[in-house]
Amino acid sequence: MDKNVVLTMRGITMTFPGVKALDNVDFTLRKGEIHALMGENGAGKSTLIKCLTGINAFEAGEIHVDGISGAVVNHSTLDAQKKGISTVYQEVNLCPNLSVAENLFIGREPKTKLGFIDRKTMVKKSQKIMDDLDMKIDVTQNLEEYSLALQQMIAIARAVDMDCKVLILDEPTSSLDDNEVEKLFGLMRRLRDQGVGIIFVTHFLEQVYAVCDRITVLRNGQLVGEYPIADLPRVKLVAAMMGKDFDDLAAIKSEETKDYSHAEVLIEAKGLSHKGTIKPFDLTLHKGEVVGLTGLLGSGRSELARVIYGADKAQTGTLKVNGKEVKINAPIDAMNLGMGLLPDDRKAEGIIGDLSVRENIILAMQAKRGMFKLLPMSRQIEIADEYIKILQIKTASRETLIKQLSGGNQQKVILARWLATDPDFLILDEPTRGIDVGTKTEIQKLVLELAEQGKGVMFISSEIEEMLRTCSKLEVMRDGAKVGEITDDLTQEHVMKAIAGGASNE
Amino acid sequence: MNNIKKITGKRLFLPIFCMVLVMMVNILFDVASGNFALSFFTISIRNGILYGRLIDVLNRGSEIAILAIGMTLVVSASAGTDISVGSVMSLSASFCCMLLAGYGVSSASELNMPLFVGVLAGILMGCVCGCFNGFLVAYLNVQPMVATLILYSAARAIGLLLCNNLIVYVRAESFKFFGGYLGFIPTPIVIAAVCVLIMSILLKKTALGLYIQSVGINKKASRIAGLNSERIIFLCYVVCGLCAGIAGIVAASRISSADSNNIGLNFEMDAILAVALGGNSLGGGKFSLAGSIIGAYTIQAITTTLYAIGVSSDQAPVFKAIIVIIIVAIQAPPFKAYFKQRSAKKALTKGVQ
Amino acid sequence: MKKKINSNTLLLLITIALFFVMYAAGCVIYSNKGFTHLQTFLNILINNAGLLCVTCGMTCVMLTGGIDISVGSLIAMDCMFLAVGMENWGMNPIVLCVLVLVIGLVFGAVQGFFIGYLEIQPFIVSMAGMFFARGMTAVIYSKQISVHSSELFVKLANIKINIPFGAYENKKGILQIPYIRIPVIIALIVLVVVFLMLRYTKFGRSLYAVGGNEQSAIMMGLDVKKTKLKAYMLSSFLCSIGGICYCMNTMSGSVQQALGLEMDAISSAVIGGTLLTGGVGNVIGSFFGVLINGTISTLVKTNGKLLSSWSNIAVAALLCFFIVLQSVFAKLKESRK
Repeated sequence: MDKNVVLTMRGITMTFPGVKALDNVDFTLRKGEIHALMGENGAGKSTLIKCLTGINAFEAGEIHVDGISGAVVNHSTLDAQKKGISTVYQEVNLCPNLSVAENLFIGREPKTKLGFIDRKTMVKKSQKIMDDLDMKIDVTQNLEEYSLALQQMIAIARAVDMDCKVLILDEPTSSLDDNEVEKLFGLMRRLRDQGVGIIFVTHFLEQVYAVCDRITVLRNGQLVGEYPIADLPRVKLVAAMMGKDFDDLAAIKSEETKDYSHAEVLIEAKGLSHKGTIKPFDLTLHKGEVVGLTGLLGSGRSELARVIYGADKAQTGTLKVNGKEVKINAPIDAMNLGMGLLPDDRKAEGIIGDLSVRENIILAMQAKRGMFKLLPMSRQIEIADEYIKILQIKTASRETLIKQLSGGNQQKVILARWLATDPDFLILDEPTRGIDVGTKTEIQKLVLELAEQGKGVMFISSEIEEMLRTCSKLEVMRDGAKVGEITDDLTQEHVMKAIAGGASNE
Repeated sequence: MNNIKKITGKRLFLPIFCMVLVMMVNILFDVASGNFALSFFTISIRNGILYGRLIDVLNRGSEIAILAIGMTLVVSASAGTDISVGSVMSLSASFCCMLLAGYGVSSASELNMPLFVGVLAGILMGCVCGCFNGFLVAYLNVQPMVATLILYSAARAIGLLLCNNLIVYVRAESFKFFGGYLGFIPTPIVIAAVCVLIMSILLKKTALGLYIQSVGINKKASRIAGLNSERIIFLCYVVCGLCAGIAGIVAASRISSADSNNIGLNFEMDAILAVALGGNSLGGGKFSLAGSIIGAYTIQAITTTLYAIGVSSDQAPVFKAIIVIIIVAIQAPPFKAYFKQRSAKKALTKGVQ
Repeated sequence: MKKKINSNTLLLLITIALFFVMYAAGCVIYSNKGFTHLQTFLNILINNAGLLCVTCGMTCVMLTGGIDISVGSLIAMDCMFLAVGMENWGMNPIVLCVLVLVIGLVFGAVQGFFIGYLEIQPFIVSMAGMFFARGMTAVIYSKQISVHSSELFVKLANIKINIPFGAYENKKGILQIPYIRIPVIIALIVLVVVFLMLRYTKFGRSLYAVGGNEQSAIMMGLDVKKTKLKAYMLSSFLCSIGGICYCMNTMSGSVQQALGLEMDAISSAVIGGTLLTGGVGNVIGSFFGVLINGTISTLVKTNGKLLSSWSNIAVAALLCFFIVLQSVFAKLKESRK
């Protein structure tokens, strides 16, 4: 192994039932570099990290760590830690109710001769660690007294103090403000100079260019390539992540865009915001229009939709539906105004796993009718059968539990749930994620059909191509703010530039 | 092997299996002690009233069955149990008897106010307790068992207070009705049957069952689909309180008195056990009311059998505790994972062959 | 640097203040009934020595985010075992005490195994434990039994340890010297040992870590299952020590003994600032929780006219108040983020 290399992964392959999550992926990390691991949802970056840290078992491939002879297979994160691979997550994995010093030393506390914990030594050592990293922290205070950024830095300090050679930072900056991010970067650079290899997983492009030396891009479980930062300008990075080469761009022609400005206004938002996730935004949507929300993961595209729907309560601003100002406190209010939301996290917020397909389909409709007006069973069966047929849901029967269906069919059931309520305005958040190509096309067609019926649709997707095919207007999101609106010149290149932000030639 | 799996996989397998087991024990015991083998099932009419051990089980099990209705909903919606039901029973009984006899009166043969007012007030007291529990759990996010712990200890004490630390006897014939006989059938059986009937109609004719299960399985998704999760959980606790109130009145009527210290003692255990025996997961979600009801009568059958064998009422909890532990241990995640792994391995070896 | 007052220390301060206010109020209202004498306070300690031991164990369990409601029944079983052992089987009380402690350990180990390794809700397991122990009490002996034949035990129970200050003359002019009894010494030793254990041993800090964030605790290399097992063993063990103290006070065993004691222990711990969600609390708070509990019942008793259930209600109301307070604090903390 090269002297400078601290970690190599070769030919890593792993499959989830039915899906190849990683396909022959290579990854190399050198001493003293910050290496960005990039990719959209489902690209396989978190799976790769999990293979490395022993949470997932991989089927083929080898991992080598500097200083350990032979291939390394970790069975748990603890195992990985012992071999010098530490991970710091977005949610800090420390105990908020213990002091900073204890968090640094738990499990390996200094002991007095009597076997008690030597608090004095522990505090002294901790203070030294903090001072060395130039962090002004009173180590006797409880961890929860400090901001998330500092907590994260303390977690990093713990990892470093445990002799880690490979430090994985998994989306550490998602909930930090700019100032805090800068502090974190300072720490990262300092550690880099000390020779630690850092893997940085993030979806903020700016941050990648601010701090990283090298980028590895994954897409659909495959390695796209490894690039020194200077060789990969922003737009090319987005292209690599989204999976379109510039040569292909010309091949996709944008459809003629219709002008909806004279159609009836369905939804009009003014200054809506949600503390911490979405900055105030304006948005107008006409009848029969499909509006796309685009932006990278974490740009606030889902959150914006949730605020309109009332899944997260808006703190400022007004919302007009059909010209009338409305107050939405809970999803049911939005539903009564004719809205529907297909959430992006299907498992956590979409399906009711232990209920049957039929029950899942009629749930929203029933909720709208109220508890005492139960849909007669014959009507339930009729509706369920109808949608199973229309959407071609592959299920053993309508009484099969939804959790036994494949992802794509589950998604169709949730879609059926909303179609059954006959909504005027439907928000689809990543409706095609993790779904086979055939179903994808079906859903896209369905969206266009709905629009033709005069309904408004808000469409959110990581795949630009899909958006271009379905949407007549794209709202571009970045860092929780709406930064642009593209109505004409709907081309892939144009959109990518808008998403990437900044100068495209950087 | 496959057939066995099919049968054991059925929802009502566990409660019915246990019921049959208890009956077998009874038959064995009767044979061993030289009685008629099927004496457990013998029903006769003496003095115009139904007699028999089976009737006894149905009669004595009424309170547990009523409690099991509410407990089933609570478990399903909130993945927690309401351990205050026994105490709330006692409080309802005390309140009702206090109203009927008048405050500070220890024994009354004349009713102080119309019967239905007192009974209704007693039941209402149960509802109020349910509201209190529901508010803590649904709106303040307190763990269900901790929230209900407050009334578990306080309700009995409040009941004692209402009765001025006395055992209040209501000796009026009309009050004895709820624990007595309706024609030749014991009234508690009828009351329990009516409660079960009303609840099953509610579950059948309204979307209540769907709502509760939906919230119990996935609270977040239910909210997105337009359900008011908090209100549904709250409602379940109110229903549970209501059931406890009714059970309390029945229990008081049986002994024509409000004995705060003893009414409903250990009933929370029986109610929870009934739900677990009914094949319902204590982790919430899907439920089967029929299972819980069969479970409730199975518990009573166990209790009756234990007494018949000669175990005292003080000692009986030992056996019930063991049964609870066995049932929840079977449901425990590591056990399930282990069995899953084993059957997967079996399937794998089969595939290889 | 001075430590900031956060919501947790605030809860503890409220509790301590509450105790002093309550006690002072008692002194003012019932000054003619001897409430101001040192002995009143010492009696609170004597009467609640068993409870204090139990609460220390309960605090440890609650720190992990669990709960143990079997303690009341376990005490009844211990007392019955001791009483029957001495009276009917004629065994040596020292041997019996050791046996009781072993029973406590085994009982706790079984509960801890179900909770830690089989991942069953602590409440369900300890509820089964509660009914099991209560039932076993009846199995051991079904009637009330009082202890009088074991000379050693009677002697130990009756030892008065005089306190060198606070003596006063009663109405008849006889000098009353304030005293405590052996259970108080035992309980205070338990308190100090548990306090030191929680603060200065790896196991103690593991309890906090598990309750603070179980996932993190696993990630940081702690054996969460084992920690839970040990916590429940400790709880039942301390509960058995409490049972011995309890028996020395009551000198009897009966099925109905210590009914609802689990409630007193839990409320003492919660009032003392232990969070139900785990991770926060210490035995100093629990000590004051026990004192408040004792003061309430003493106040009710001293009044003489109030029914004893008032003290139950007052404790439950306090528990409710603190639970709501905790819930509100938790919500505030969340909204601040």
